[in-house]
Amino acid sequence: MKAKQLFAATAALLTLSTTPIGAETTLEALRIVDPFARATLPNQPVAGGFMVITNTGDTDDTLVAASSSAAARMEIHEMAMDGDVMRMREIEGGLIIPAGETVMLKPGGFHIMFMDLSGPLVEGNETEVTLTFEMAGDVTLAMPVVARGKGGMGHGSHGGN
Amino acid sequence: MPMRATAILAWGLALLALLAFVWVSFLQPRLNESVADTLGRGDYELVATDGSRFTEDTLDGEPSAVFFGFAHCPEVCPTTLGDIGIWQDMLAKEGKPPLRAFFVTVDPERDTPDMLSDYVSWVPGVIGVSGSQDEIDKAIMAFRIYAQRIPLEGGGYTMDHSSLVLLFDERGRFFQTIRYQEDPDKAVDKIRRLLASQS
Ligand SMILES: [Cu+2]
Repeated sequence: MKAKQLFAATAALLTLSTTPIGAETTLEALRIVDPFARATLPNQPVAGGFMVITNTGDTDDTLVAASSSAAARMEIHEMAMDGDVMRMREIEGGLIIPAGETVMLKPGGFHIMFMDLSGPLVEGNETEVTLTFEMAGDVTLAMPVVARGKGGMGHGSHGGN
Repeated sequence: MPMRATAILAWGLALLALLAFVWVSFLQPRLNESVADTLGRGDYELVATDGSRFTEDTLDGEPSAVFFGFAHCPEVCPTTLGDIGIWQDMLAKEGKPPLRAFFVTVDPERDTPDMLSDYVSWVPGVIGVSGSQDEIDKAIMAFRIYAQRIPLEGGGYTMDHSSLVLLFDERGRFFQTIRYQEDPDKAVDKIRRLLASQS
């Protein structure tokens, strides 16, 4: 079976994919590292985008919007498990990045959400994403697409809970 | 007086112990038994991506896993499908055939059988299930699943939904659940026990 082989290959890759991506973008006092999205399944029209944002300044900032040519629109979301129920909500007013703190956007939690994807996100490709912060303004970065993980923990240090 | 009080206390404790015994040995198992017998039972009639109908009778004859989700799901559903793939891989290494797994959509408006067919195609043993909203609602009730449509500000909607994988034995009786992101070894252990329970 072709699907089986593909799956085995993916599984083999996953065990090795612990290398950090390490890409870093700076925008005024903000430091954005390790952006990534996961490869989508066939007919999966949405995807989460993840990264770690550190505010090295002394005023709070807020991630208010995101956009990408890969998706008709993007939103800033929070996901949480409530018992065994998965809930996802738009973060009203955006995601606050407090002064002197680091906020992780990671699977199972905060994420920027690609909605109405124009095509699949393919492992090994990159997609450009523009982030808009209330204070610091806009920044465009390349978001690598990585293999879908073994559970939520496939992408090395970005592991879920 | 103290003697009498002690006697009353002793009788009281004995009575409590008796009640606890009755609960543990008769009433509680009966409650659990009724969940096992009724979960997944209902008059829903859905369409599977292999072209067959999906009804309560589908669960008879072969052990199965049932999971509810939707394709506009960014994380939980793809991850669970990936996990099912890992379980199938582990079973295959033991020479076991893939476990039959049904992915039932909670979003039939967008998840047609056609598009679900591609969506689940990459995991061995997984069959997509869709149908009319009414029939899906009946299935959601029958499997005691939580599913709620949540409108999004920018338009469209998302779905809150239960993330459990439900295991059923070859007589269609509920066996156990596998939690979201449960350790694959533990999950496959449950599946092994499910397969071993076959008569
Ligand atoms: Cu989201």
